[in-house]
Amino acid sequence: MKVQRPRLSLWERLYFPAILKGMWLTLQHIPRIKKRVTLQYPEERWDLPSRYRGAPVLLTGLDGQEKCTSCKLCQFICPPEAIRIVADETSLEKEKYPKEFYIDMGLCIFCGYCQEVCPVEAIWLKEEYELAGFDRTDLIFDKVKLLEMGRKPPYLPGKEKPLEEPR
Amino acid sequence: MIPWAILIEAFVKIAVILGIVLTGVAYTTLAERKVSAWMQDRLGPNRVGPFGLLQPVADGLKFFFKEDITPREAYRPVYLLAPLLCLFPALITFAVIPFGTSITIRGATFPLVIAPGVDVGLIYLLALSSLGVYGILLAGWSSGNKYSMMGSLRSAGQVISYELGMGLSILTVVMWAGSFDLNAIVNAQTGSWKHPWFLIPHCLGFVVFVVCLFAETNRLPFDLPEGESEIVGGYHTEYSGLRFAMFFMGEYANMITASALMVLLFLGGWNLPFVRYEWFGPLWGGLLSMAVFFTKVFALCFVFIWVRWTLPRFRYDQLMNLGWKRLFPLAVLNLVLISTFLLLWEMYLRAWLLGGKP
Repeated sequence: MKVQRPRLSLWERLYFPAILKGMWLTLQHIPRIKKRVTLQYPEERWDLPSRYRGAPVLLTGLDGQEKCTSCKLCQFICPPEAIRIVADETSLEKEKYPKEFYIDMGLCIFCGYCQEVCPVEAIWLKEEYELAGFDRTDLIFDKVKLLEMGRKPPYLPGKEKPLEEPR
Repeated sequence: MIPWAILIEAFVKIAVILGIVLTGVAYTTLAERKVSAWMQDRLGPNRVGPFGLLQPVADGLKFFFKEDITPREAYRPVYLLAPLLCLFPALITFAVIPFGTSITIRGATFPLVIAPGVDVGLIYLLALSSLGVYGILLAGWSSGNKYSMMGSLRSAGQVISYELGMGLSILTVVMWAGSFDLNAIVNAQTGSWKHPWFLIPHCLGFVVFVVCLFAETNRLPFDLPEGESEIVGGYHTEYSGLRFAMFFMGEYANMITASALMVLLFLGGWNLPFVRYEWFGPLWGGLLSMAVFFTKVFALCFVFIWVRWTLPRFRYDQLMNLGWKRLFPLAVLNLVLISTFLLLWEMYLRAWLLGGKP
């Protein structure tokens, strides 16, 4: 196929009118202070959408115990195999609980399959997105840390995000 | 005793000029980042110091502590020399650039130029500013990297396509002023009705000259040797740390030199229309002329930045076309027009308009 290029007039082929027009456009952007889109990150934070998928955490029930029954469905469905569970018996009604529960946040792809597959709503993708560490082993979160993250108050859409204060 | 006085005078001037130019370089880099940010509705660097004003210091420190890498395939002597060759000519061109009228303190008059009375100032300036391109050529060639090689080849091609047009466009200015001395060129354009800035009679040459200067300073639309989207980083791909900083500073120092050249040749130097510095006395007049000169220079630096963030990069063959088929004929046309006019002026018009013998 042959593309017909438009024939430019002499005025258009001079280029200078077009260049000056472009320069006028960029100049107009300089005084537009109100329209700047930069977010001053540690001080200002992004208003998260209501179903934001951040880090997967473990939730606790009303009795204060973790809901997880150690069925390992999340471990099986996890595409990057970021979840590792060590199951054990318990005298509680659910009879089985995770003795150890690890999620490697360096592997996690935040797909949310674990949350979807969980039969007891024990694992949930919360709004936490600041997961950096100085070492790769820092990114392997254990059960204590995951439960602690799960106990944080939930995020309410439309309100300022109740995360910890910036340093 | 006299040589000491001259030496001290020269050293003081060198210190002042290097101070202004190097601070200018540092803050032009900041201005580049700030202006580009504003044009893109961003904020730009604002963390180091108030409004990010200490950002150049932070950048310099960062460059200082970075590792200096020489690739195994590089040709070491040239590889180490090239950054110096890029920065050095840009700085020593200021030896002949006059940056004001003159200052008189206690009866002693100091002309505001490091080397006063160089009557081939313009030729010296052109020679040195062309030398800066060799830094780029050698850097790309000696890096032992094919992308760098491509960058320096582009630079070589670029040089031959714009230098001719640039030289010809300056020639008319020299003919009009009748001198290669930069001081004389500035004094020939005082901004009065009879001696307007050369921008007005030489508008065609000015356009050609500006386009060529953009090519010479390797600024966008003509930053082909860099071309980071096509040839990674071009000639400075392999450089890091202070050596990269030297290229960086060289680019901005070249920008300031180019702006100074443009101001001297076409925008009346330190002259303002219908303002005479004798009105302000020998000291304040001189200082004011210096301030006006550097204001013009840094305003043109803003134009360089402005153009960079507006226009896309030219393709290689487009630059060749522009240089050889547009700028060169335009410069020749300009030369013919101006020289014909000057000839007629000398032979008939002057006598007819102003009286006197032809």
